[in-house]
Amino acid sequence: MTDLDTLINQAKTEIQSADNLKTLDDYRVLYLGKKGKLTECLKSLGQLPPEERPIAGQKVNLAKQALQEAIEQRVALLQQDQVAQQLAAESLDITLPGRRQTTGSIHPVTQTRDRIEALFTQMGFAVADGPEIEDDFHNFEALNMPPLHPARAAQDTFYFADNTLLRTQMSPVQIRVMKNTPPPLRIIAMGRVYRRDFDLTHTPMFHQIEGLMIDESSSFSDLKSILTLFLQAFFEKPVPVRFRASYFPFTEPSAEVDIGCLNCDSQGCRICKNTGWLEVLGAGMVHPNVLQAVGIDSERYIGWAFGAGLDRLTMLRYRITDLRYLFENDIRFLRQF
Amino acid sequence: MKLSELWLREWIDSALTTDDIAQKLTLCGVEVESLMPVAEKFSNVVIAQVISVEKHPEADRLQVCQVNVGQAEPLTIVCGATNVKPQMKVPAALAGAVLPNNIKITRSKLRGVVSNGMLCSGRELTLTEDSNGILELPQDVPIGHDVWDFLKLSDRVLDVAIAPNRGDCLSVKGMAREIAAITDCRLKNPTSSSIKSTVPDKLSVTLQAASECPRYAGRVLTQVKADAMTPIWLQERLRRSGIRYINPIVDVMNYVMLEIGQPMHAFDLQKISGNIQVRFATPAEKLTLLDNQQVSLNQQTLVIADDTKPLAIAGVMGGLDSGVTLQTRSVFLESAFFQPQCIARTRQQYNLGSESSHRFERGIDPTLQVNALERATELLLEIVGGQAGPIVDVTQANYSPRQTTLSLRAARVPKILGFTIEDAMVETLLKRLNFTCKKNSIGWEVTVPVYRSDMALEVDLIEEIIRLYGYEKIPLRQAIAPLQLHGRVNTPMDLSLFRRTLCDLGYHEAITYSFVNPKHQQLFDPACSPKTLINPLTIEMSVMRTNLWPGLVQALLYNQNRQQPRVRLFETGLRFVPQSKAEGGFAQQKVISGLVSGTALPEQWGVKAREVDFFDLKGDLLYLIDLTKCAHEFHFKPGVHAALHPGQMAEIWRGERYVGVLGALHPSIAQELDLTTHVLLFELLLDDWVSTSVPHAVELSKFPEIRRDIAIYVDQTVPSQLIQDTILEVGGELLQEVNVFDVYQGKGVPLDKKSIALALTLQHTSRTLLDEEVAGIINNVVSALKQRFSAELRG
Repeated sequence: MTDLDTLINQAKTEIQSADNLKTLDDYRVLYLGKKGKLTECLKSLGQLPPEERPIAGQKVNLAKQALQEAIEQRVALLQQDQVAQQLAAESLDITLPGRRQTTGSIHPVTQTRDRIEALFTQMGFAVADGPEIEDDFHNFEALNMPPLHPARAAQDTFYFADNTLLRTQMSPVQIRVMKNTPPPLRIIAMGRVYRRDFDLTHTPMFHQIEGLMIDESSSFSDLKSILTLFLQAFFEKPVPVRFRASYFPFTEPSAEVDIGCLNCDSQGCRICKNTGWLEVLGAGMVHPNVLQAVGIDSERYIGWAFGAGLDRLTMLRYRITDLRYLFENDIRFLRQF
Repeated sequence: MKLSELWLREWIDSALTTDDIAQKLTLCGVEVESLMPVAEKFSNVVIAQVISVEKHPEADRLQVCQVNVGQAEPLTIVCGATNVKPQMKVPAALAGAVLPNNIKITRSKLRGVVSNGMLCSGRELTLTEDSNGILELPQDVPIGHDVWDFLKLSDRVLDVAIAPNRGDCLSVKGMAREIAAITDCRLKNPTSSSIKSTVPDKLSVTLQAASECPRYAGRVLTQVKADAMTPIWLQERLRRSGIRYINPIVDVMNYVMLEIGQPMHAFDLQKISGNIQVRFATPAEKLTLLDNQQVSLNQQTLVIADDTKPLAIAGVMGGLDSGVTLQTRSVFLESAFFQPQCIARTRQQYNLGSESSHRFERGIDPTLQVNALERATELLLEIVGGQAGPIVDVTQANYSPRQTTLSLRAARVPKILGFTIEDAMVETLLKRLNFTCKKNSIGWEVTVPVYRSDMALEVDLIEEIIRLYGYEKIPLRQAIAPLQLHGRVNTPMDLSLFRRTLCDLGYHEAITYSFVNPKHQQLFDPACSPKTLINPLTIEMSVMRTNLWPGLVQALLYNQNRQQPRVRLFETGLRFVPQSKAEGGFAQQKVISGLVSGTALPEQWGVKAREVDFFDLKGDLLYLIDLTKCAHEFHFKPGVHAALHPGQMAEIWRGERYVGVLGALHPSIAQELDLTTHVLLFELLLDDWVSTSVPHAVELSKFPEIRRDIAIYVDQTVPSQLIQDTILEVGGELLQEVNVFDVYQGKGVPLDKKSIALALTLQHTSRTLLDEEVAGIINNVVSALKQRFSAELRG
């Protein structure tokens, strides 16, 4: 029986040494296959005397079992190795960048516009729209600026040969809405406006927002309150808001609205010219002549309106130092937003 | 308007600091833009008189001056200026003086001659821009006085932005009046004079256009010394107000205007034939103005004329001929009231502007004319001497501005303002403005002084009340308004969805000018004549774009010049295209346009770099089409566009409407613009893209779908869309989808043919399909393709 022990030992050694599944399988065939060595042993049991057969048979069966176990263990081990090797071989440099299209960007002025729209629509304002090529009536005359009015000179206007012009403000949109829709009204209008001005702080095309509310109980106090709410929401902090008297042909009383300088927290710096204040809005109670021009009864209805430069609000929010960046379309600038 | 703090102080009695006054003015609508020193600090500069001037023995350009600086002995000062002459009074910086820019003056040797200081130019003392010579001071200044103190250079200048409706503030007097009202202080009136005439000389005045000039006052001054020197205090006040000094007579005219707000004009009496007429010009008349410009007058131009010729454009600018010179012996002084609109019209028409027209246009006080003449006479007699004639004052009262009385309803004040101001306070505030209030049953009758021509309506009074009351005291009152719903629900789609999608596809949003270079406009849309500005800033910004591509291509070039070869941009905005039906002949249409150039994807390690092509762009636009939820309504058609490559462009149609175009930039335009990269463009008419419909859900089939692929050869000119449409048409309702999954031309494919492989997906909603059914459908499809396109099945 030492032959069997030797065989088993040798087989075990060989199984342990098998370093891949193929070799291992070869050993399985060699020992446990149809013509394998152990199978031969089992077959040779017949030649033993009958009384020895059960014991010998048991021994061989035990040996067979032991070998099968050894093989299974080895298989599991080798499979584990193989998976580990495969994983190792398949592992990536995950620090390489992902495959992709670039992300584009929404222009900061548009983002400002969308934010303002979101804020005012929350308060029930509708968004109005109008043409950029306008006529004298909508851009000036209906706004209490008859042809020889001195305030016209301040808005150097682009004209076409047929006496039409590029709107210098968003107010013509208000005029169009007031002409076509009976009060009460709550609207904002945002878009491109044009003035003949080109220097460090002016571009001949820029953007404005204007708002208008008309009903039977509007007041100057409401205006102050709503603009304060708006500015504090827009800048996402309780910035100080200051109203001061001003003049616009289309409002009476009129106000210029300042916020505490964002750069220096109202302490005074180069940006606010040491005043601690930044001018951001113009506003006022709609002039009775304007209401009259659009056929609204100025005794019954009271309105207020305001206007602001979207570009300026954009520059303040995103700390953009040069207006010209907004219109150069340099993608190195645009991709920051 | 600029005015001196010290000058202003002569008119008001206020305990407030000037900074506080400036702050209050700003809050009350008279914005003080700056408060600046009148000179940069210097010290130890004294008034000196030149005794003698000799050439420097060693230097041609230098002179050695003996100068009386008020000390016992004259000082020797070496000087390089050429205008120094004996008797001249000049500022002399003594050893130890510190000039602006921290220039220190010491006793020093200049080419062997000891100089005990420096004679100063106006520029060195920051008093004038003139650096050509030594600043000449008038003879009346006292030798030895400190220049800084004598000229009161610790003064400051208020630069005030006066609103167009506040012409009454355009003078020291007017500003003082405003400050008195705002700060509740006393107004002083330091000047009031009445000069008796000493000679009978006068000109008669005829008002032929009384509606434009209802009042004209004049006075003759004889035997004047027009070459006298304007006193330094007056020169300095003009300088501090930003007005150049010209000659003493003109200087006095300007001074009186600055002081009380009445623009004046002086004519050389010798140049006037006969008397004065204020009339409209006749068409043939011409006039050479003080600025040497000759203008042709017309019948709308109001002129001051004598018996034979126009002398001046009324209220705007005088004529050169009748102007005052140093040789003038006698003058005629004018002090008139012209209607604002008349002056505005003339100023606009001739594109002229002056300090006078600025004030007349904004409305001056119609009661000032004689006071102004008296004040000017007083000053002139002091400065140029002479004899005054009687004042001639012609008025057509019918056309003069009247005092206004307005009704102010007590209830209207809180209605407009949203809070209550006590009646007594209302009256107090109005009184401070010199308005008189008479109480009545509903409020007040308010009479406003005639210089406040801006007071026309009740709201004007309410503004005055709140302005003086203080905007900072307005309470915040939350507005109450009915709930209204304005949100977009479905149609039209929010434009921001398109923006967001393009952004996700790698596009940056651009904003380009709506006016473009006509050359570029012509390149991109040669058939269209664009709307053209008559007063553009530059020719490069003179025509309205008919599409957004010229601007986007400029942005591409801008980026390429900054080493950014890969550019994807879009813009939304209006295009302005001729359209006979539209208002003004031009339709202002909203478009979304874009441009791509460079590689399809950014350079990266895992993707082979490939230049972007038509199908990349078409794919991007399919994303936008998907947003509408109406993709089946859209189709692409071949077309023609002057800016696009004829073989690489497509029109986009939604049903029967043209809704956009895409394609490669035409190679000849690319060449013209020196573009070396492939550029693709698109333009979508937004109004036709934003309508959408709500998708209605379709039951999903529980039965398997079956895919059959077919590959055919067809002539290479057959559009694949046509093949797909045909398959869908003959495939019947069981055919769910057709997809082109391969197109191939070249090796193995017959010449002029292409191989197209298509996947057909079939499915029944309520049962499993039978093999025979599928085979039948495929047969029908194949035979239709054979019949219509001579297609051959690929083996």
